[in-house]
Amino acid sequence: MSFSANLFIDLEQMLQYQFMQHAFEAGTLVAIVAGIVGYFVVLRRSSFAAHALSHIGFAGAAGAVLVGVSPILGLLLFTSVGGVGMTVLGPRASHRDVQIGTVLAFMLGLGVLFISLYTGYATEAYSILFGEILGISSFDVLVTAIFAVAILCAVAFVFRPLLFASLDEDVAEAKGLHMHMLGIVFMLLVALATSIAVQVVGVLLIFSLMVTPAAIAEQLEKRPWRVVVLSVIISLAVTWSGLFVAFYEPYPVSFFITTFVFVLYLLVKFIHPRMKSASVPFLAK
Amino acid sequence: MAVPTSAQPEIVTGEKVVAGYPGKIVWRDASFSFDRGELVAIIGPNGAGKTTLFRLLLGLQQPVSGTIKIFNETPKRGNSRIGYVPQRHVIDSETNVECLELVHLAYCGHKWGFHLSAKSERKAALTALEAVGAAELAPQPLNALSGGELQRIFLAEALVSNPDILLLDEPLSSLDIRRAKELVQLVDGVVRSRNVTALLVAHDINPLLPYLDKVVYVANEKVATGKPQDVLTSERLSALYDVHVEVIRDSRGNVAIIGIEDHHGDERQ
Repeated sequence: MSFSANLFIDLEQMLQYQFMQHAFEAGTLVAIVAGIVGYFVVLRRSSFAAHALSHIGFAGAAGAVLVGVSPILGLLLFTSVGGVGMTVLGPRASHRDVQIGTVLAFMLGLGVLFISLYTGYATEAYSILFGEILGISSFDVLVTAIFAVAILCAVAFVFRPLLFASLDEDVAEAKGLHMHMLGIVFMLLVALATSIAVQVVGVLLIFSLMVTPAAIAEQLEKRPWRVVVLSVIISLAVTWSGLFVAFYEPYPVSFFITTFVFVLYLLVKFIHPRMKSASVPFLAK
Repeated sequence: MAVPTSAQPEIVTGEKVVAGYPGKIVWRDASFSFDRGELVAIIGPNGAGKTTLFRLLLGLQQPVSGTIKIFNETPKRGNSRIGYVPQRHVIDSETNVECLELVHLAYCGHKWGFHLSAKSERKAALTALEAVGAAELAPQPLNALSGGELQRIFLAEALVSNPDILLLDEPLSSLDIRRAKELVQLVDGVVRSRNVTALLVAHDINPLLPYLDKVVYVANEKVATGKPQDVLTSERLSALYDVHVEVIRDSRGNVAIIGIEDHHGDERQ
């Protein structure tokens, strides 16, 4: 199959397939959630913790496959427990690189054990590590939708306190906000968002949706809610275009998503600052 | 304990306060009182427990014994009548968030639920920025500001809830002498025009001396408090700390306190 001149015909053709419908539904939900939660990950400099959570999720997903349930359930369970655990161990635990790295490696090892106990084949491991959105079931879409809505409601509720605590911890604490509780809420949000995002880009490529779109948006905008909107637009754009291109090309969806978002990142990182500095005299009035 | 002389009630009082933790006392038997509209400097060596006083007033820490009252109530977290600028030197260089947003959050960031920029809240933030002469910094990202500009933004952040007390922890530490003087003048202006009480932790008392109503000197587990000319004398400090302390004044009125150093004071008899 190949591109035609008419994009709409292409889209229509693509969405005739149920697996593509599922992929678009899950991809859209994940992109929205990851774009929003990702802003807080970037703001709190917790991307390594997010990365670690996805690895903890790998063990969960592999364990779920082993006992014969959907990987998403294992992901949700392991990342939630892991996320809360990381916060309870210490208020600053999400910034302790060595400890996080140690747990991360152990969890990957555990996942490898579960996978080998299951079949001896590497296909399941491959899809968990690198994402397999084209193989997503309608049950997975339903679970994703439920958790996406839950995450969005939770974010709307904690948005201002979490933003305040992320920007100015000491003042927020003096104003009566509980840092420890907000830390747990944050890690739970990251855990759930990571779990559903793993379906699209996999454990190893989680950064491409959970961190990079928000990092790009943060460079372009300085009002938090605008950054969040922009971050969602970016993650939606790369997810959709990744799915679209991957339908016509014989390469993995996650490759296209990561590539598109990386190119955008480079463009913003290296071209945007020059545009900005060139336009300063006009802005300064 | 100081006896109130005016009709105005004291804003902050402390009676025989022991601060720290059981087993690790930071300072003991401190009694103090601060009135409305006073500018108070808190000085003393590193690690003497200046920030501890703030944590007690903010309700983030409880005294080991003794009583502290703010507006005749025990300090509790989240008191909107206190504006707080914690000790910090830089903001993360990658924090691309505009100043107005930070001040805005200090006004409403403790509220749950989602609310896209209400007009009245943004106006309060802008008013606070105007009060510190930083209205033109409102759209600037935090990571683009100089040390002096940042301190003004932090001051606006503390002022936005219209507090009666300002707690400023080492706002001068990262500033050169000129910027430090400008900031002290600004704080003094805020104290006089709004009739608020400001407690300011500082390393060097000299930029503050012309404006001070009271000084709190914290060292060697003890706290001396009173008018600067009363507290900062060789006799008073020597008697309090039971070591030989000399307060030296130069021709411009600058003060140097000699004899009390970090944790070594006792050995210098």
